[in-house]
Amino acid sequence: MTHVVTDNCRGCRYTDCVASCPVACFHVNEVRVYIDPAVCIDCSACIPACPVHAIFEEFDLADDQQHWIRINAEAAQRYPVIRTRLAPLDGADARRQQLGL
Amino acid sequence: MSIPGTEGQPLRVAIVGSGPGGFYAAEALLESGLQVEVDLIERLPVPFGLVRFGVAPDHAKLKSVTAVFTQIAEDPRLRFFGNVELGRDVSVRQLGALYHAVIVATGAAGDRRLGIAGEHLPGVHAAGDFVGWYNGRPECADIQFDLDQEVAVVIGQGNVAIDVCRILASPIDALRRTDIAAHALDALARSRVREIHLVGRRGPVQAKFTPKELRELGALPGWQPRVDPGALVLNDASQAELAMPGFVHAPRNLDILRGFAQAPVEDGRRPLHLHFHRAPVALSGRSRIERIELEAQVLSGEAGAQSATPTGERLSLPAGLVLRSVGYRGTPLPGLPFDLVRGALPHRDGRIVDTGGTVLRGWYATGWIKRGPTGVIGTNRADSVDTVAGLLADLAQLDTLKAGRAGLLAQLSADRRKVIDFAGWRAIAQAEAERGRAGGKPAEKFVRVDDMLEAAVVAGAPRSWERA
Repeated sequence: MTHVVTDNCRGCRYTDCVASCPVACFHVNEVRVYIDPAVCIDCSACIPACPVHAIFEEFDLADDQQHWIRINAEAAQRYPVIRTRLAPLDGADARRQQLGL
Repeated sequence: MSIPGTEGQPLRVAIVGSGPGGFYAAEALLESGLQVEVDLIERLPVPFGLVRFGVAPDHAKLKSVTAVFTQIAEDPRLRFFGNVELGRDVSVRQLGALYHAVIVATGAAGDRRLGIAGEHLPGVHAAGDFVGWYNGRPECADIQFDLDQEVAVVIGQGNVAIDVCRILASPIDALRRTDIAAHALDALARSRVREIHLVGRRGPVQAKFTPKELRELGALPGWQPRVDPGALVLNDASQAELAMPGFVHAPRNLDILRGFAQAPVEDGRRPLHLHFHRAPVALSGRSRIERIELEAQVLSGEAGAQSATPTGERLSLPAGLVLRSVGYRGTPLPGLPFDLVRGALPHRDGRIVDTGGTVLRGWYATGWIKRGPTGVIGTNRADSVDTVAGLLADLAQLDTLKAGRAGLLAQLSADRRKVIDFAGWRAIAQAEAERGRAGGKPAEKFVRVDDMLEAAVVAGAPRSWERA
């Protein structure tokens, strides 16, 4: 099992999840973050930390979201680890509103 | 006078408590970019707090966070002071005089009582003591839990309550390959518990457990979680709470509970009853606990602020073992203010304040002793980052000229205190791993402080009082 960051993160990248990750399993690119499944210890601290509800336990992913498991695993290999919070992206609050959150 | 944290004037910080809150505070200081000297003071000879003594032995993946803590401890600017207790070996006044800043991260090990008749009866325990017992916590090693009983009642709606149910219901072979304490493994192997009741005052939406823990109850071989479907019918406020930010786990919990409620009862499986809207009102028995009286509750009030009130309807259950997990409290530290209502240190943004609200310069709090017993391991990292950010913002106000580590070492060696450093802990951990190997366990923990000290010493770990 692992935890997975889904599409809501794109364009927000609030990174509150990163501060609450006990094992530095988040990786970041210009638009969003990903979780390295080999490092995540399933503590779930990131789930309530995310303002846009982007993070799920693998077990709880809807059928049409299953592809995010592979995307997270692959992207985590490609992008650098992020260990401290960044400022949200420009437009994050607008996207959050658009998401109805 | 220069500000602490610069060349030649390192910021000297003592952190009291080496659980997650303490380690993440250390990490934040080490990554601050300043010159720092961080001393991590731990009451026991062994580090990691509730990761060692709280996280259930069958949750090995969660426990692997100790690898991160070990990495933090390996930083040469950090020193571990095991077997040193605030209040016993060093006072608040002394620590404050030695360091620019002190971060208190002592957690919340005390338990809240139910406050009902019969709570003193043998067979009624704090769930936290049961957790400490199976995890080899020295203070809990000699408690006797009578597992000759057939019915166990666990009171509470958080992950501790679920952990306790799961350990009681786990097949013994699933526990044999964990680092569960040997005395607990022996007792659980002979357990006669065949019926468990998990009892909570509030409803499924307000329950504090996480979906991962709840789901595990459905995967216990030989046991079946049972829920009255009527308990899952929500009032309007609970329905509204499902979409509120403070209830992020509730929709998943509700799905899982509905799954439990709909599953046909299988006769061969022992029942694990999940009761909602029921609160204990009395415990009774002749010479030990025999029955528990529950009273039905109804929720009322605004969404997000509902409270439970009794309806008068009662239910009586036989009970041979009662474990309560209805909240945890920190322990007051002599010389520091304390918020008796919250059971935590009074603070403003992590700065400890006195009863009048005045900041105690140089004193900070993080983890459960700061915010109360909420959240999971990672929650403490964000919390400690916040506390350390406050400390770093205060640098110009801190007293300068502090003796720091050298001063603490001098004092402890004058008192001939046995201090266990991280090499000492490694020797203990190695001895525990060797003890575990024979039985196929990752470790067989020492449950006596003296045995821990001896393992550290036998391996030739340096002790400050010898070197001084």
